[in-house]
Amino acid sequence: MPSYILIATILLLSIIGFYMGRSTALARNGGKTKGLHSLPGYYGYYTALWCALPALLVAGLWLIFENSIIDGMVVAGLPAEITADRVDLFMTDVRNFVANGSISGEVTDTLRAAAARYVSLHDYSGLALAVGALAVGIIGLYFAQSRLTPQLRARPRVERAVMIALMAASTIAVLTTVGIILSLVFESAQFFAKVSITEFLFGIQWSPQTALRADQVGSTGAFGAIPLFTGTLLITLIAMAVAAPIGLMSAIYMSEYADRRVRSVLKPVLEILAGIPTVVYGFFAALTVAPFVRQLGQAAGLDVASESALAAGVVMGVMIIPFVSSLSDDVMTAVPQAMRDGSYGLGATKSETIKRVIIPAALPGIVGALMLAISRAIGETMIVVMAAGLSANLTANPFEAVTTVTVQIATLLVGDQEFDSPKTLATFALGLVLFVVTLCLNIVALRIVRKYREQYE
Amino acid sequence: MTDVAQKFRSEPFSTTDEGREKFNRLLKRRYAAEARFKMWGIAAVSVAVVFLILLVGSIIYQGSTAFLTTKINLEVALDPAVIDPQGSKDPAVIGAADYNAILRAAMQKRFPEVEGRGPTRQMMGLISSGASYELADMVKADPGLIGQTIKVEVLADDLVDQFRKGFMDRNLPEAERKLNDFQIGIYDKLVADGSLTAALNTELLTGGDSREPESAGLWGAVMGSFFTLVVTIGIAFPLGVMAAIYLEEFAPKNRWTDLIEVNINNLAAVPSIVFGLLGLAVFLNFFGMPRSAPLVGGLVLALQALPIIIIASRAAIKAVPPSIREAAYGMGASKIQTVMHHTLPLSMPGMLTGAILGMAHALGETAPLLMIGMVAFIVDVPGGFASPATVLPVQIYLWADSPERAFVEKTSAAIMVLLVFLTFMNAIAIYLRKKFERKW
Repeated sequence: MPSYILIATILLLSIIGFYMGRSTALARNGGKTKGLHSLPGYYGYYTALWCALPALLVAGLWLIFENSIIDGMVVAGLPAEITADRVDLFMTDVRNFVANGSISGEVTDTLRAAAARYVSLHDYSGLALAVGALAVGIIGLYFAQSRLTPQLRARPRVERAVMIALMAASTIAVLTTVGIILSLVFESAQFFAKVSITEFLFGIQWSPQTALRADQVGSTGAFGAIPLFTGTLLITLIAMAVAAPIGLMSAIYMSEYADRRVRSVLKPVLEILAGIPTVVYGFFAALTVAPFVRQLGQAAGLDVASESALAAGVVMGVMIIPFVSSLSDDVMTAVPQAMRDGSYGLGATKSETIKRVIIPAALPGIVGALMLAISRAIGETMIVVMAAGLSANLTANPFEAVTTVTVQIATLLVGDQEFDSPKTLATFALGLVLFVVTLCLNIVALRIVRKYREQYE
Repeated sequence: MTDVAQKFRSEPFSTTDEGREKFNRLLKRRYAAEARFKMWGIAAVSVAVVFLILLVGSIIYQGSTAFLTTKINLEVALDPAVIDPQGSKDPAVIGAADYNAILRAAMQKRFPEVEGRGPTRQMMGLISSGASYELADMVKADPGLIGQTIKVEVLADDLVDQFRKGFMDRNLPEAERKLNDFQIGIYDKLVADGSLTAALNTELLTGGDSREPESAGLWGAVMGSFFTLVVTIGIAFPLGVMAAIYLEEFAPKNRWTDLIEVNINNLAAVPSIVFGLLGLAVFLNFFGMPRSAPLVGGLVLALQALPIIIIASRAAIKAVPPSIREAAYGMGASKIQTVMHHTLPLSMPGMLTGAILGMAHALGETAPLLMIGMVAFIVDVPGGFASPATVLPVQIYLWADSPERAFVEKTSAAIMVLLVFLTFMNAIAIYLRKKFERKW
């Protein structure tokens, strides 16, 4: 039985439980609502929860451990000729054989037997799961039914279950962060067991492609990430050089100059820029902007790479304009009107008020906004994957091709992966650096913005 | 006495002509600076707007041609000796027949002057390699056609299509052209007798992906996006709303809830590619879920959309005035009853708006899906949550990477389709917001 049918059956059972519980509670109270501790529906919910939760728990645990237990049983039944170091490969063959009916290597009798055992164990397991989960559900239903009395405090109990669910939902965000940190740290630790941290952080050569044979030249690969960091920095700088002035000036214009009608048109237009998927920017950067920059450079007698940092950076800058402008718009409108009025009262013009009063007052917020924008630029992937280069050049020349941390993560992980090669593991180390850097930027920026807000509230 | 007052005292307001003139000059300069500053603001906004127009304009300009394709009208003799020599009427036999040979025979009949293997092969190069499958499907659907001579419109090769659309210059030297003089000669003959026609490119919207630009379609990616988003919203919306209710209505103010709050804000700013790494390490490697599946993609995007939905939902809950809650408490409702019966229904439109915007964001997301293998080349339209699939933005990425010229217009067309979906979702969100916006 496929798992979603099982889940649907359990849910159906719990709906039946709801109606049974409600009518039982009413019947035991002589058909009257008066005298019941809770509304009749709560007795229904109570029964339904007792029916669904244990059954779903059993099903969930079963599905999580099913594969490893069955694998263990198949492995235990293997003849001695499959030695311990070959077991993993053999089991992969078994799974492929079961899934596709063929494998790349020779199909031996041992494999056939193991595959048959694997299939039959899975069949049994599916059957046992269906019977077991539904049995648990029915037992739960009858248990709840037997406890239904008019005095049962059904509402508080149901509400407690709801509260627990709500609380659990609110921890998912924390769990996600923990999951990110654990997976990054765990895989990075494996990487740093092969490549030293200092080499990774301070090495200036990056060529992660390891050779297939040990005697090939350059078979060790080089994992010095400095060129990636400088490449990221260069593109981020270009992006911010575009986004910071344009974003800030747009925010100033929209919050201080534009009247309501103009503002109501311009704001959504800028938001469209923020809503366009990054892959579209990437396509535009690679196909339209990069050749344009190249031609422009050639006309000026400059040698511009076809995947120049400039093209990727400029397009990325445009992408984060709305980000800068909407955040700084927020902080500037938060500056109290009294401060503006004071400045006007002294005879200052609008631009003088903006330059001498509003911007200094909003500066912490603006800095926070810029930091958030930088963090976004550092983590941006698709534009650079499509428009920036792959070769790790250590250069500060915006006309040359550079590569970034995100480009390397994306390109090294696409395609075949083996999870013990430093090449694949290196991506997690890069991911860790990326995560830590953006996290620091975000925490500091959010703190600045929050503190600033409190100041004027 | 303050500094400012001191300053003004040291330069008393002058009533002499010279003083007034100096003042006027200063004033003029200040007004000029004012106008300049405002102009900079307008310039900044204009740059952003111009860029948007350039971006959308170039995509529409490049992509609009992709909605038409080129077809070649042929009279095809469906020879029973080739298709079904035994007369078995077995669909397997009919489907496996050599339809290339039939097409070749049709072209040879059409151009009897072409002889020899080389020229014939070049001539057949004008027809899409997908044409024989098209013909096979046609005959399989109606076996009665066998033995007849029918008029069919077969798909032309992408080079012919590009040539017809004017993306290839016939004046270039032959070596620099992908179509040689001989092929262009045949092309001209086809044009002259009107058997080369432009037709609506239905394949683009209804077909799966293909290595051949002329028969590559988006439907597989659209379905992949659909399955992925169903998983995403199915997980992120309930969880996000529940978390928002807890944080806004029940959570005590303590360290733990502070941590959750900081966490949610930070999670919203974590680079999307890091979520891809999480999905790869946890869902694929640890839990052993299938690669390239919409299920895993949906899970990853759900984790990513969760903070957005939580933040939007909290704002929606906050907008419900306390008087509603107090009235409910006054009637004897419990806290949870108040939330379920009053706060939640009243804030639902706001939550839905946030969820749709979150989904629009997830629909355009590419990077994390690259990590979990949704970049594989997949021809079949995905049929479920566990079957290998790709999504629209990844399809765009894949096509943008393809070398053929024809894929440029395909990519732009795919972007147009994606933007239409996004516009549609945003329009729904705006409509919801307008319709249910309530002033308390």
